[in-house]
Amino acid sequence: MKHTLAVLVENRPGVLTHISGLISRRAFNIESIAAGYTEEAETTRITIVVEADDMELEQVVNQLSKLVDVIKITDLTGIDGIHRELALIKVKASSETRSDIVDIVDIFRAKIVDVNRETMVIELTGEETKIDALCEVLADHGIIEIVRTGKVALSRGPVPAKDL
Amino acid sequence: MKMTGAQAIVASLKNEGVKVIFGYPGGAVLTLYDALYAANYPHILTRHEQGAVHAADGYARVTGDVGVVMATSGPGATNLVTGIATAYMDSIPLVLITGQVAVSLIGRDSFQEADIRGITTPITKHNYLVKKVEQLPRVMKEAFYIARTGRPGPVVVDVAKDVFAAELEYSYPQTVELRGYRPLYAGDEAVLEPVMAAMSRARRPLLFVGGGVNLSRTAGEVQTLAERTGFPLVLSLMGLGTVPSVHPRNFGLVGMHGTYAANMATTECDLLVGLGVRFDDRVTGLLEHFAPKAKVIHFDVDPAEVNKNVRTDMRVLGDLKWSLPALLQRLDPAETAGWPGKLAPWLGQLEEWRQENPLTYEQRDDVIMPQAVIETVSELTRGEAVVVTDVGQNQMWTAQFYGFKHPGSWVTSGGLGTMGYGLPAGLGAQVGCPEKQVIVFAGDGGIMMNCQEFDTVAKFGLPVKVIILNNRVLGMVAQWQRMFYGGRYAHTDLSGRTDFVKLAEAMGVPALRITEPRELRETLERVLALPGPAVLEVRIPSDEDVLPMVPGGARLDQMVMGGR
Repeated sequence: MKHTLAVLVENRPGVLTHISGLISRRAFNIESIAAGYTEEAETTRITIVVEADDMELEQVVNQLSKLVDVIKITDLTGIDGIHRELALIKVKASSETRSDIVDIVDIFRAKIVDVNRETMVIELTGEETKIDALCEVLADHGIIEIVRTGKVALSRGPVPAKDL
Repeated sequence: MKMTGAQAIVASLKNEGVKVIFGYPGGAVLTLYDALYAANYPHILTRHEQGAVHAADGYARVTGDVGVVMATSGPGATNLVTGIATAYMDSIPLVLITGQVAVSLIGRDSFQEADIRGITTPITKHNYLVKKVEQLPRVMKEAFYIARTGRPGPVVVDVAKDVFAAELEYSYPQTVELRGYRPLYAGDEAVLEPVMAAMSRARRPLLFVGGGVNLSRTAGEVQTLAERTGFPLVLSLMGLGTVPSVHPRNFGLVGMHGTYAANMATTECDLLVGLGVRFDDRVTGLLEHFAPKAKVIHFDVDPAEVNKNVRTDMRVLGDLKWSLPALLQRLDPAETAGWPGKLAPWLGQLEEWRQENPLTYEQRDDVIMPQAVIETVSELTRGEAVVVTDVGQNQMWTAQFYGFKHPGSWVTSGGLGTMGYGLPAGLGAQVGCPEKQVIVFAGDGGIMMNCQEFDTVAKFGLPVKVIILNNRVLGMVAQWQRMFYGGRYAHTDLSGRTDFVKLAEAMGVPALRITEPRELRETLERVLALPGPAVLEVRIPSDEDVLPMVPGGARLDQMVMGGR
């Protein structure tokens, strides 16, 4: 099953290399990885989505925890939280199809962030399945390219991941 | 105190109590070497960087101290890679200081530039690139702390060339602050209760002793445990030496070239207590059939070893120096006194296996048998030597036939299986224990991979005795070709024109060769008694196999037996 891990690491050069190197060396199945700054200047937070059974997950967590720059790993799977991903989708859009695409965008509560004579760029933030669904519908119009950030996740309630 | 980066490194080494450095200078570390020169710091100059790292590794294994290596940027650093991987696989503490090109040149494919941090990331416990001189004291402190604590391992400190010359206000930190690194020492004592209950219930228990016992210096505790519980024990390759080979509870090496008794015991036991082991595939054979009837208890310092290979039923996480005394303390003498009696049928069974199929080999008087060489050295040294091996058949015969007596007296590349390891590791071991007899067993293949270190041995007058078991083939690979590839010896014939006696002598090491069994004992006596270094080349048959053998991927109890 899929697990979402919040990995807090030291904000130092080489940390991402250490993490991505370990993931590939140990042949873990990573669906997505997203990194960014946090409320603490010295900490970077990496959200990793991994496809793993219980034993594999134990190994992922244990091996990542061994890295000196990894401060804390929290499994957010099954914890009440907000899981989001952002996608930018460039679709073919002629004057005939444009209004149809606008309807789809409205239904998905997405945003149109760029329009020109032949294409539109749509921005959607949401759970992975929602983005997948939008992509599927837009496929009929011809998708030129898609970029997705990978999932980020945050638990609900007052307790931060570092204390979970 | 104001000083240069190079001086700060030397001062840090003094602060860490480093007695000797193994290294090889070069352009990027000129300033560092100049500081060593000024400080007159003890330094062993090897003839290849790989020799330096293996030597530091051998030194670390016998002393328990951190081995320190220095090398220059680019090729100097990349020549360390095999040695770093060797140390990483066997959890050996090393700190390796490499020069890097100047900060302004990093990333521009400059002369002798290699991204050694990137290259060594998967084979180090941690690594650093130091681009600011102020970072040096903290990085050095952390490097030694990380290398020697928890599960030990190698740490690379790559230092940009201009950092060596830059000035800083030096003060060495007393403590380290690493939010992400909290090595486990003491674990949860409560987990010992179910462990003891399982030990008490077991009718066919077995202790499985690994390299972690050597690393944590808990051989005494393990022996006490075996004696108080009456449990028999088997050893991984890295666990050799922890319990004397002749100890009645010791049933020897387990795994691919393990003893019949050890492999049968592992297959039949109902409780397997792993102490500082990582259940390597060379031990387990076919994983699904490893210890199939047993509950498995795993004692280890590294949480990542839990369930990595073998699914365990109970774990005791923490340093063995904590867990073993805690366990011994909880064992009630009144209860354990009854255990050996209760285990009598099981011990009887093991003894039967041992008698039925002891380690043996064909006794011949026309050729010198390699096993006889090891046995004779074992007798002559009374098991008191520090025994170093290369990799392959020589290593397995030594593991099987040398009678070990002391922990820390066994130096071998277990995990990585690095050919060329023996000679340099042996010289490092001799530097670490000058008063002991250090013996290197190598094959004719492995010795050639780092034979330049004969020069180092001679130059420093290190009294290492190197025994080359010359079978003129890449023996272990040829054995597999014989057994599994229909005798098609693809490129394993190493017979050439190299005269090993002349080779050693050319570098200043006295050498002898023997070919006849009757020469064996007397020549060995003479060689071992020499005050300085010496080489003895022993001609052995080309087709002798290491047996027993569990073929790759087979069950542990499916052994090809040997001996006649």
